[in-house]
Amino acid sequence: MIPELGQFALIVALICAFIQAVLPLIGSFTRIPNLIAVAKPAAQAQFLALSVAFACLVYAFVTHDFSVAYVAQNSNTALPLIYRVSAVWGAHEGSLLLWALTLGIWTFAVTIFSRQIPSIMLARVLSVMGWISIGFLLFMIITSNPFERLLTVPTQGKDLNPLLQDFGLAIHPPMLYIGYVGFSVAFAFAIAAMWSGRLDAAWARWSRPWTNVAWIFLTLGITLGSWWAYYELGWGGWWFWDPVENASLMPWIVGTALVHSLAVTDKRSSFKAWTALLAIFAFSLSLLGTFLVRSGVLVSVHSFASDPERGLFILVFLVLVVGSSLLLYATRAPLIKSHGHFALFSRETALLLNNVILVVLAISILGGTLFPIITVALELGKYSVGAPYFNFIFVLLGTPLALLLGFGQFTRWKQDNFERIVRPASIQIVISIILGGLTILLMPHFSVYALLGMVLAWWVAISTVYSFLQRFKNKSISLSALGKTPPSYYGTHIAHLGVMIFCIGITITSIYSSKKDVLLKPGDSYQMSEFSYRFEGAKPIVGPNYRGYEGLVIVTKNEKIIAEMKPQKRIYFSQQNPMTEAAIDAGVTRDLFVALGEQRGAEGAWTLRLYYKPFIRWIWFGAVIMALGGMIATFDKRYRRAKKRVAVKATASAAPGAPA
Amino acid sequence: MKPSIKPNMKLSAALILPILLLLSSITLSVYAGVEVREFTDAEQERRYHKLIDELRCLVCQNQNLADSNSQLALDLRNKVFEMLAAEKTDQQVADYMVQRYGEYVLYNPPLDPVTSILWIGPILAVIAAILLLLIFIFKLSKTTPVTLSDEDRAKTKNLLDQKGDDE
Amino acid sequence: MLKYIVPLVLFVVLIVFLAIGLQNDPRYIPSPLIAKVAPAFSLPRLYAPDAKFGPDLLKGKVWLLNAWTSDCRGCRAEHPYLLELASQDIVSLVGLNYRDSNQLAKSLLDQTGNPYRIVVTDNSGSVGIDYGIYAVPETFLIDRKGVIRYKYIGPLGPDEIYGTLVPLIKRLKQEPA
Repeated sequence: MIPELGQFALIVALICAFIQAVLPLIGSFTRIPNLIAVAKPAAQAQFLALSVAFACLVYAFVTHDFSVAYVAQNSNTALPLIYRVSAVWGAHEGSLLLWALTLGIWTFAVTIFSRQIPSIMLARVLSVMGWISIGFLLFMIITSNPFERLLTVPTQGKDLNPLLQDFGLAIHPPMLYIGYVGFSVAFAFAIAAMWSGRLDAAWARWSRPWTNVAWIFLTLGITLGSWWAYYELGWGGWWFWDPVENASLMPWIVGTALVHSLAVTDKRSSFKAWTALLAIFAFSLSLLGTFLVRSGVLVSVHSFASDPERGLFILVFLVLVVGSSLLLYATRAPLIKSHGHFALFSRETALLLNNVILVVLAISILGGTLFPIITVALELGKYSVGAPYFNFIFVLLGTPLALLLGFGQFTRWKQDNFERIVRPASIQIVISIILGGLTILLMPHFSVYALLGMVLAWWVAISTVYSFLQRFKNKSISLSALGKTPPSYYGTHIAHLGVMIFCIGITITSIYSSKKDVLLKPGDSYQMSEFSYRFEGAKPIVGPNYRGYEGLVIVTKNEKIIAEMKPQKRIYFSQQNPMTEAAIDAGVTRDLFVALGEQRGAEGAWTLRLYYKPFIRWIWFGAVIMALGGMIATFDKRYRRAKKRVAVKATASAAPGAPA
Repeated sequence: MKPSIKPNMKLSAALILPILLLLSSITLSVYAGVEVREFTDAEQERRYHKLIDELRCLVCQNQNLADSNSQLALDLRNKVFEMLAAEKTDQQVADYMVQRYGEYVLYNPPLDPVTSILWIGPILAVIAAILLLLIFIFKLSKTTPVTLSDEDRAKTKNLLDQKGDDE
Repeated sequence: MLKYIVPLVLFVVLIVFLAIGLQNDPRYIPSPLIAKVAPAFSLPRLYAPDAKFGPDLLKGKVWLLNAWTSDCRGCRAEHPYLLELASQDIVSLVGLNYRDSNQLAKSLLDQTGNPYRIVVTDNSGSVGIDYGIYAVPETFLIDRKGVIRYKYIGPLGPDEIYGTLVPLIKRLKQEPA
């Protein structure tokens, strides 16, 4: 019953999406208010229907309804409750439903937080989002129905892949989806604005909070994925340049460019066409990511069960959505005049350079990811692209970007002169080099990359602090002055400090990590730099849906016990391959990492892998600070401005003749 | 026409015990990745790790030999170690693998006209984009900025103060 | 202005590549051993462990080397077609039992039939490495000079056997030894 209700709800959602997409569109051309007004209720009804459908699927999982094929394939009776819920989005069909639901959530949010937006514009925005919803709902109903029933009901389901039975991985997809589905809002705004021919600063201002929030969630989603991979996959890696990882990183990079570009278009009315193109590009990358993950066109450890037929559907969808938006761009963008005027040496230029670097980075990653497909298609042979290439590109482009970050922050809008900043900038550069060098002296060995990374990190830190203090140059830093500082000012600087923290993390971890495989009998110790790892043997253990071994390793430094680490090796009943649960002793400046290998001999000896990972937490911490900065910036006066205007109007009408 | 293949019941009955025994030992020994090796010096250890990081596992095609748990990866890791112990150079190890598995096994393929697009492309793109940017900004500086007349300024202010419900 | 159409053009190019990509198998890796002499080996035979076999023993003949294991589903799937091919006496099949247990291999062949003229056992997998084997079943077609002329990865079906392999075998048989 419930699965049928869910299926029915999906169809209802599709109908609502059609109404949402078509009627307001007609209304916006014919100026019929009733058709325009259909947009909001249709969108809200679609969200309601999607919520019902989603709830039905969750119910099917929680109640072990193995008559539903998707439930039978991804869960079993031994699966703990929380993972039964997260299994809903653990495979292709369910994750599509999550995609559609997330789009519904964003659409619903747009209907709520849109008082300032003229109704025709809003109608067009919702219509565009409606068309995207139609695509995903059709895709689901036709090729990937999560509610499909099995004719013979199994008594036991398969299982959720044990790798996915983890809290971090449970929330990673929703966060990620909220992120890159959220770029559909900026996309829809850009399309609606180009359509109406009014690509102006108002459009940019409306788009900003939506883009910021989407960017924040995407940042957190990617960070969660990286952190999860680190502690779950067992080998201490935190980024693999896997095609699916790249599929989430590319929209993030372009999204970052978009956040910066929108700021310029909002404040200075420049780059209008470029910003619109970025909005299209960011969401197109989100859709492309969906294609790459589900079509089977690339090999990836992450990809869902691939099916070229599904791939074709998404490809056609991609052509329709992105193709038509780029066509619109090609026809409308030439008509847009950006009146912002700026000199060569100005913040506008710095931000344009920021955009250029970020976009080249995103395209390089795209090119590298798709290179094997392209060379095979051109019959040039099968070429391999992997971490060495992507790391090279990242360092190559990240370096000028970090340099630019500092300059961009204290360059003035519109026109600045070189002489004004040359002195403070040079001083800061010199200090950064000195401090960077000193930092490297503290490290076990010298590395030119480490030096580069640390100098850049210091440069970002010093220039950010300097830029922040610029505001208080002529006044004292009093609490009231700090209080009057707009949140966006805090947000920007905090986010940039997050970049610095991230940079330190990746530099030090990449270069100064160490790893060792050892064979230890119970009672044996191994010394790795200042830490002594003593193995105390491993005992058998049993869990809710697995059995395995748990080892005990005591870590001491200078005779003092630092940690008791309990690495596990689990064999889930439903699988054959064992899973590592590495023991990690987390620290601010270092992680200690121990994984069980295999038992050797009869004396209880085990092979163990020991890792020392310095500053690795700074990577995720830095990303979280970036997201925090974004959050603080989003709480800026955007919404307060509307209230203030209403208040001013009220006083104006109360006291006629008084200046507004 | 495809003949249907029926699972053979006799297989399971006669071999359940040995299979179970075999499987239980397989689950432990197939779990590869942690191998204790006796390196002659730190340099050999460094070379070993670098090589297995930059060779692709063809079974788990998106993992390198270091990270992959597959049997083939284990065999190849052993091979790499064997070759290093036999004093082969890094290049000889790479050549050995390429001879058997093709260029695709290297994560860092040698530079040839095709791969050079990937490596040089971004550099050229940035330079080109910066040049275009400079040209654009230069052209922009040649135009006069638009300024509002006082009348237009007042009109705009009035419009902005109204709550915009129309287009 | 032309520059505004650039994104659309680039997008179309991208889509073309993706559409082509959909039709190719991303896991397929071309073998570097094509047109090279089949790597020499000397392995014990499954049914006569003291006797050794190597590719030089079949010089002058066109033959197929088929790598398989007892627990691989694809190998089981192609097995009936191999039996059919063997019964037609067009070509000799040599089985390379890759990293398997002799006992399991024998019992499987006993039950399902043996299409191979000779089965050799590569228990350590070192010959498999020399042949670049990464996904059983894999089949190599070797000509009269001992050169590998064709490799197929995956279970063979009637299309591949009678559409590609057999015509190629017939052609190779015309070539001088």
